[in-house]
Amino acid sequence: MLSAVIVLALLGAWELYVQLGSVDELLLPAPSAIVTALVDERALLWSNFTVTATEVGLGILLALAVGLLLAVGLHLSKTAHRAIYPLLVASVALPIPVIAPLLVVWFGYDLGPKVVIVALVAFFPIVVVTLGALSSTDSELLRVLRSMDATRWQRLRFAELPAAVPAAVSGAKIAVAVAVMGAVFAEYAGSEAGLGHMILQSIPQLETARAWAAVVVLATFAISLVALLAIVERRLRATHSPTPRGLS
Amino acid sequence: MQSETTTPQAVTVRTPQGEDGAQAPAVLLRDIRHDFGDLHVLAGLTLEVAAGETVALVGPSGCGKSTLLEIACGLQRPSSGTVAATPAALVPQRDALLPWADALDNAALPLRLQHVTRAEARRRAEPLLAELGLSGFERARPAQLSGGMRQRVAFARALLTGRDVLCLDEPFGALDAITRAEIHRWLAGALAVQPRTVLLVTHDIEEALVLADRVCVLSPRPARIVAELAVAGARPRDPADPALIALRRQALEALRAC
Ligand SMILES: Nc1ncnc2c1ncn2[C@@H]1O[C@H](COP(=O)(O)OP(=O)(O)OP(=O)(O)O)[C@@H](O)[C@H]1O
Ligand SMILES: [Mg+2]
Repeated sequence: MLSAVIVLALLGAWELYVQLGSVDELLLPAPSAIVTALVDERALLWSNFTVTATEVGLGILLALAVGLLLAVGLHLSKTAHRAIYPLLVASVALPIPVIAPLLVVWFGYDLGPKVVIVALVAFFPIVVVTLGALSSTDSELLRVLRSMDATRWQRLRFAELPAAVPAAVSGAKIAVAVAVMGAVFAEYAGSEAGLGHMILQSIPQLETARAWAAVVVLATFAISLVALLAIVERRLRATHSPTPRGLS
Repeated sequence: MQSETTTPQAVTVRTPQGEDGAQAPAVLLRDIRHDFGDLHVLAGLTLEVAAGETVALVGPSGCGKSTLLEIACGLQRPSSGTVAATPAALVPQRDALLPWADALDNAALPLRLQHVTRAEARRRAEPLLAELGLSGFERARPAQLSGGMRQRVAFARALLTGRDVLCLDEPFGALDAITRAEIHRWLAGALAVQPRTVLLVTHDIEEALVLADRVCVLSPRPARIVAELAVAGARPRDPADPALIALRRQALEALRAC
C-alpha cells in the first residue's frame, strides 16, 4: 500500500519533470508518453515479447533440467563436487555482455544461442539451491533407509529428491532476474526480434517512448514469471510437505 | 573369519553361521570398543542375543546405548571388536519419518524398497497401523501426529521390513502410560505368534522388566555391562509382581553403584 503511494509519487514527479520541459522528450519520455506507446505499439510489443518470453522460458527450463541433473551428480560424487563446484562459482563472474556476441557467432542469430545464454546465467542459483536441499536431508532418515538396505537410487528417490525438486524451482525463481537480463544481452549481441532487439532498434530511431514501453513489458514479464514459479514451488511443496490433507 | 583374540581392527560379519548345527546367536557383539575421537563411548562390551530372545539395555543418558544399537544394525563400525548379526530393523530414537509422506506411506516404506507398488504397500500396511491404534490417522503427515503416534508409525515401519531382529531405541518413550501398556501387550502377543529377536533400549526399567527375557544394565560412559538380570514369566508381565519389584530394585542398585 505504502509502496504503491511511493511509486505513484515518483511517477508523478517524473511526469512533472518532463512536462515542465526540464529535459528533452527524446532523452526521457514522460510516463504518459510511455503509456501511449504501450497502447499504440501493442502489436509490435506483443510479437517481440513472445520471442523474448520463449528465449527466457526455454532457457530456464533447460537450466532446470541440466541444473537438477548436475546437482544430483555433484551430490552423488564427492570427486565431481570438488572438481566442478569451483568452476560453477567462477561461472558467476562470466561477463554476459562480453561472451554473448561470441556465442552468437558460434550458434547463429536464431533462438539457440539465446536459450543457451539464458540457461548459462540461470544455471548457478538452481544448482546451488538444489545442492543445498540435497545435502540437508535428515541424516537419521538416510541411516534408517540404509539399515533397510535401500540402494543409493532408492535413498535419492524416497528421501532426497522430494525436497530437491521444489528447491530447484525455488532456485529458478531467484534466477529469473538474471535470465531476463541474459536474454536482453543475447539479443543486443545479434538478433532479428525480441524486446532487447526492439530497445536497441528504437533508440537510434529516436523512438525513446517505444524503448521504454519495451522495458515496461520486460519488467512485467519478469515479475509475472517469479509469481508463476512461486505458485509451482508451492504446489510441489504441498505434495511434499507437512500440510494438512485428508485429516478431519 | 572371526578372530578370537583382541584385534585393533573391527570385524563385521553380517550373517552368523550356525556351527555344528547349533543355533547361532541372532546378534553377537564381542569386546566392542568405540570412540568418537577422544570420547570413549563403549569400553569392551560383549553381548550375545539368542534368536527369539528379547534383551533390554538400560543405562544412564549418553552412555552409548544408541551407538551400540547402530553397531548391532551395521550402521556404525566399532573402533574394535567383533560383530556378527542377522540384518536388523531399526526404530531410531528420533522417529526419522518422511515429513512429506503420510503415516501409511511412511509405514509402507520398506515394502516400497522391496519394489511393491505403492497401492499394494499401503494396503498391506493398513491393518498393522490399525492394530497399533492409529486407524483414522493413515493419511496424516508426521507433523500432524503426536510424538507417541509417530513412534508407532516408525515401529510399524520396522515391523514391515520383515526382519527377524528388531533394534528398538526408546521406541515407546513418548507414549502415555495407558497406550504404552497397550503396546506392550500387543508386542508380547505379536512376539508370541511370530517370535523375533529384540534389542530394546529403554530408560524405563519397568518397561524392560515387563518385556525382556534379560536386562543388561550399562555403566556411564565408557559403557560396560555392569549387571545382567534374567526375567522369568510369560509376557507381558505384571509390573506389580513382587519378583519384578525385587529385580527392579536390583537394577536400580546396579545403576547407582557404577
Ligand atoms: N556421531 C557422533 N560423533 C561424536 N560423538 C557422538 C556421535 N554419536 C554419539 N556421540 C556421543 O557419544 C556418546 C553416546 O551417545 P549415544 O547417543 O550412544 O548415547 P545414549 O546412551 O543413546 O544416550 P541417550 O540415553 O541420551 O539416548 C554421547 O556422549 C554422544 O555425545
Ligand atoms: Mg540414545
